[in-house]
Formats: sequence, C-alpha cells, structure tokens
Amino acid sequence: MEIPKFQGYRRENGRVGVRNHVLILPLDDLSNAACEAVANNMKGTLAIPHAYGRLQFGEDLELFFRTMIGTGANPNVAAVVVIGIEPGWTDKIVQGIAETGKPVKGFSIERQGDINAIAQASRQAKEYMHWASELQRTECSLDELYVSTKCGESDTTSGLASNPTVGNVFDKLNEMGATTCFGETSEIMGAEHVCKERAATPEVGEAFMKTFNAYNDIILQNKTDDLSGSQPTKGNIIGGLTTIEEKAFGNLQKIGEKASYVGVLKPAEAPGGKGLWYMDTSSAAAEAVTLWAASGAVVHLCPTGQGNIIGNPILPVIKLSANPLTCETMSEHIDLNVSAILRGEMTLDETGDGLLDMVVRTANGRLTAAEVLGHREFVLTKLYISA
Amino acid sequence: MVQFLVHEKEDTVGVATVDIKAGEVAKGLFMDTQNPVEAKALKDIPLGHKIALKDANVGDTVIKYGHDIGKVVAEIKSGDHVHIHNLKTKRW
Repeated sequence: MEIPKFQGYRRENGRVGVRNHVLILPLDDLSNAACEAVANNMKGTLAIPHAYGRLQFGEDLELFFRTMIGTGANPNVAAVVVIGIEPGWTDKIVQGIAETGKPVKGFSIERQGDINAIAQASRQAKEYMHWASELQRTECSLDELYVSTKCGESDTTSGLASNPTVGNVFDKLNEMGATTCFGETSEIMGAEHVCKERAATPEVGEAFMKTFNAYNDIILQNKTDDLSGSQPTKGNIIGGLTTIEEKAFGNLQKIGEKASYVGVLKPAEAPGGKGLWYMDTSSAAAEAVTLWAASGAVVHLCPTGQGNIIGNPILPVIKLSANPLTCETMSEHIDLNVSAILRGEMTLDETGDGLLDMVVRTANGRLTAAEVLGHREFVLTKLYISA
Repeated sequence: MVQFLVHEKEDTVGVATVDIKAGEVAKGLFMDTQNPVEAKALKDIPLGHKIALKDANVGDTVIKYGHDIGKVVAEIKSGDHVHIHNLKTKRW
C-alpha cells in the first residue's frame, strides 16, 4: 500500500509533529498569571494555564509530572518556557522536556516576583519565537504519526457511521505502521470481554482487565443513583440505545476491525512502539484529550453525535459527525460530515478515505474547527485530593 | 433512499436512519456487504431506533455489531420496534 506523505516538523529526537508551538507552561496554578503575561507580550506563543501543581503526592503527583513533561515534549511543540513558583519542581519539568533535545528553559518567581520573572521569561520566549518561526516543514510519511481517538456526545449516528469511520481510518493507519490509541475505560463497560480478546497477547488482555476492574471499582465505590444503574443514559434511550452492551460496542467501533492492541498505557504514558494501544483514561473529553496530548499524540479524531466541541491547545482535534442536525446547526464545529452513510450514499471505506484525507490536510497545516474557534481545553486528570 | 442500516450479516436488528411508519416495507442495507434488505415495519420505528429482522422468543439473544447486546424479555416479531420494552441487558 502506498503511504501518504505530508509536510511536518521533524524534532530533535526524530519524532514528527504537525504544529510548531512555543509553549509557556506554568508549573502550578500560581504561575498562570505570569505565563499569560509572557504570552501576551510575545505574540505567537501559547500559555496553557491549569488548576493544579501544589501539594500533590504519590501516584497523583507522578501523573501530574508525566502530564506536564509529556505536554512540553509533544512533537507539536517546538520550544518551551516553564514558569513555576519555586525552582525545584520547575527544573524537574525542564529536565524532563530537555530529554527530547528541544529548547526549554525554566524561570521561578520566589525571591524576585512576577514582574522580573515575566521580563526574563519574555526575553527567552522572544528568542524561541524567532527560532521556531524559521523552522521548515519537511516531507514526512503518515506512518510516522501518532493518532488518538475518543468519541463525544454520542448518539445512534455515532455507532452507525462516525465511530466506524474512525475505525476504518485506524485500520488503514495501523496497516501503514502508524501509532494509534484509544481509551475511555468506563465506556467499555458491557464490551470488556470483547475488548480483552482484542489484545495482541493474553498478558496484554489481562493488563486491560486489571485496569478496567480497578476503574470500575472506583466508580462503584463512589456511585450514586445517577451512575451505574442508569447506563445507558436517558438521552441515550430516547435516541434508541437500549443496553449498556449496545452502547459499548458502538464505542468500540472506533478501533476498527483488524488490529489488536499491543499494550496498556497508564494515563499520559507514551506508547513504546508502533501499532494500536489502549490508554487508561476517563471518558470526559477534555481530560482524556489532554492525557493523549501528553502521551505524544499529534492528531486526534473525535467522532460526535450531538456535537461535542472539545479542542486542545497543542493537539489538533478533527471532528466528524453523521448527525445531519448537528452538521447543520453546529456546522462551524464539524470538520467532516459523514451523514452520507445514513442515506446509503457512501460506504465506510469511502468516508474512511475522506477522513484520512482530512488527517493528511491537518498534518500539512490545515487548522481544525476547534483550533480556529480557539478551543484550548487543557484539563489535568487528578487521581485524588491534595495534601 | 435507505431507511435502515444493518451493521453485520449476523445481526438480528437494523437501525432506522429515518422515521419509519408502521405498515411500511422499509428498505435497508447491510453495511459490511452493501447488500439490500427489506423489512415490513409492524410499529413506528423512530430514527436511531432498532427494527427486528427476525422473530425472537423470550430468553433469546439480540445481535448487533455481530455481538450479544442483551436478552429478549418479551416476544419479538420481525418488523417490531426493539427497545427497552422487549430487550434488556444481561448485566443487571
């Protein structure tokens, strides 16, 4: 099969990105203001404020650092300025990002205040902008991409058309030798036995079940009347979904029919090689997409029924829908309309080719609907309360 | 004009892509083979809802996406509306 080419950014570590951001990354919630000031001073840079980074501990702290370092390390990012309240943890993030070989520098606020930190960080950000703006796109091959997927605001058109269109593209990408990833642990309930069988080895299948059961235990521990007893939701039922099994199989359409997943990833963990991977994520769109960005994904596919409008600061989110009403009433959010499937006018292979073409165009630089509309949801996953 | 789609050839239900009226002979399409199929609707089937492609007794399994999506809890005739009144999860 001929593997499509595109013009991308090949980074210092050989990884390929499709965007060229200079990121102003706050270590913690206290540093958001300084980061936003720097991004306001230096045009073209991107600050990504967030709510955490203080008094976290244990596995929750590990996930925090994995997410922050992974976000800076993402190949869609050219260079990073990190600002933190104190130098210790700031430097930990700087060192983690520096392993990719990309330019990164940290600044801290204690002992000098916001204004001096902003001045120093702004000078560095300006230099990075000059440097990054001269980087050229070079020819890359689609098998060098890492693509993630998650559905949002699903309805019956998702299971019929938009999810299996993504599945068709995942089959094609995996055949080319690309890296792909799915997750949404809680939404697999009802099809977990089939998901287990899709693992490449029994060990990987067991690892999936361990992750699935652990997540399910948390949900059961904390459930109220409105959760486990009510899947599918009332909205799902009105739309025609009857059982949780049916909902879960609709969700699993996104992973296609051919590939087995080769490994189970912790939240925000980078895949260790090519092929289809499973990542333990929430089903909440902004949290999940942030985790995939931190794991190094450079393009994300989001099939939606009722019209989820999720975006991410560094990871382009391509949105497709087969719901004619959504495509009409929320047209500015939808990159690809696949409702022709519902009319029997196109096959999944044809809409899959259409979506693959949109992946190539996005990789070449076409901004997605979410990017143009300014959707930059950067939402950290928190495992438990802070100390 | 297609009125319902069937994911896979083993499936015992199709999904309406338009509102189907009781008494209509609805035209469907298998998504895997692209083969046509017809079903006479016994009830109104709203868009997004399921239409039975064969008869089923209480305790039988309903297949969609080629997989078990639950058990029949009230007799189903070909052309019936399949939903919470005659199909239930096997989980709880």
